[in-house]
Amino acid sequence: MSARPTFLLDGVEVPFDPGQSVMQAALAAGRHIPHLCYHPEFKPHGSCKVCTARVDGRMMTSCTVPAEMATEVESDTEELNDLRRTLVQMLFAEGNHFCPSCEQSGNCLLQALGYDLGVMTAGFRHLFPDRPVDASHPEILLDFNRCILCELCVRASREVDGKDVFALAGRGIEKHLVVNAESGRLGDTNAAAADKAMSVCPVGVILRKREGFHVPIGERRFDRSPVSDQASDFAPRKPEATRG
Amino acid sequence: MAELARPKLKVATASLAGCFGCHMSFLDIDERLFPLLERVEFDRSPLTDIKHCGPCDIGIIEGGVCNAENVHVLREFRANCKILVAIGACAVTGGLPAQRNHLDLGLCLQEVYLTEPSLGRGLIPNDPELPLPLDKVHPLHEVVKVDYFIPGCPPSGDAIWKFLTDLIEGRTPKLGHGLIAYD
Repeated sequence: MSARPTFLLDGVEVPFDPGQSVMQAALAAGRHIPHLCYHPEFKPHGSCKVCTARVDGRMMTSCTVPAEMATEVESDTEELNDLRRTLVQMLFAEGNHFCPSCEQSGNCLLQALGYDLGVMTAGFRHLFPDRPVDASHPEILLDFNRCILCELCVRASREVDGKDVFALAGRGIEKHLVVNAESGRLGDTNAAAADKAMSVCPVGVILRKREGFHVPIGERRFDRSPVSDQASDFAPRKPEATRG
Repeated sequence: MAELARPKLKVATASLAGCFGCHMSFLDIDERLFPLLERVEFDRSPLTDIKHCGPCDIGIIEGGVCNAENVHVLREFRANCKILVAIGACAVTGGLPAQRNHLDLGLCLQEVYLTEPSLGRGLIPNDPELPLPLDKVHPLHEVVKVDYFIPGCPPSGDAIWKFLTDLIEGRTPKLGHGLIAYD
């Protein structure tokens, strides 16, 4: 086996394949870099900024930096984790992330990140926006209160399902998820429960109806082990997984 | 013997706009209450029924701030407690009661007491004994300085035990995986 090139992640060598990002190489090596908008089956988005690391001294999103460009990457530092905690707090403040009543609790990446980073406080004044839910679809419930604008459903619907069911509208603090129908309701689109877009939400916006609490609270994915111990579950799934 | 001679820490607890679930969860430390009681004694608390908080080492408050009385109790705790702890989702973020924050308070009262048939007395309660509700529900730290936060709805007995033992032993309280929870 020929030696693969490597970079240093927090002082430990991480091997990579040509074309891999710092994030992909790290996850493939079982090393977790906190992230929200990254998904192993989609092109990097670079928008949540949670995976920001110091790559040879410069702050860069590890999901978008080619591993070839990196020599020394710092990720698990107090400075960066402090910034990550702030990002998580800002997301919690911006929406209505009321975990006690959320079906996704225990499977939610935002919540898991909060646990893993030790976010104990609100940090910011919560905005309590008024965002009605959309229950118009017979099989899917949309709860916009929990959207973190990762665009995974938008990307999945466009790139995999070929349906363009979702989009982001508005700018800045007004930015929000919309449904591509004249009525704005999911029931008036050709969305189907089997669509890729319906299974990629990292939080609790897109929920299948009649499946609630199938797995009890306390026995769910991130109840069992912290997200930082699940790096390999986010590793590139197949070579062509880096779509496009 | 030096261990026994240590003065007990004074602890006060209260529930503001909460459901007493965090207090119930505190009781879930079960028989660990006995070793705890060797180190602390309770001042104002639902456990003692003392009505006002005297000088204390640790104040633990569950529930957010939803009415004028909550503000008074919270300020009394802050004035008397060296360390103030917000326990549970409501105290930390506003929690369930704060789910009314995107609504107009007047319309809420109207809906409950006038529109809704079940309570149909045609009157919004206005007895002077009743504390006036605040326009919005606030987490504790928006009203007074809070020293520590324990999230969870409620935090588990184990989380509360870990927090209290850390604090009493002079360590920085730290909840790890399985103890830190938002649900």
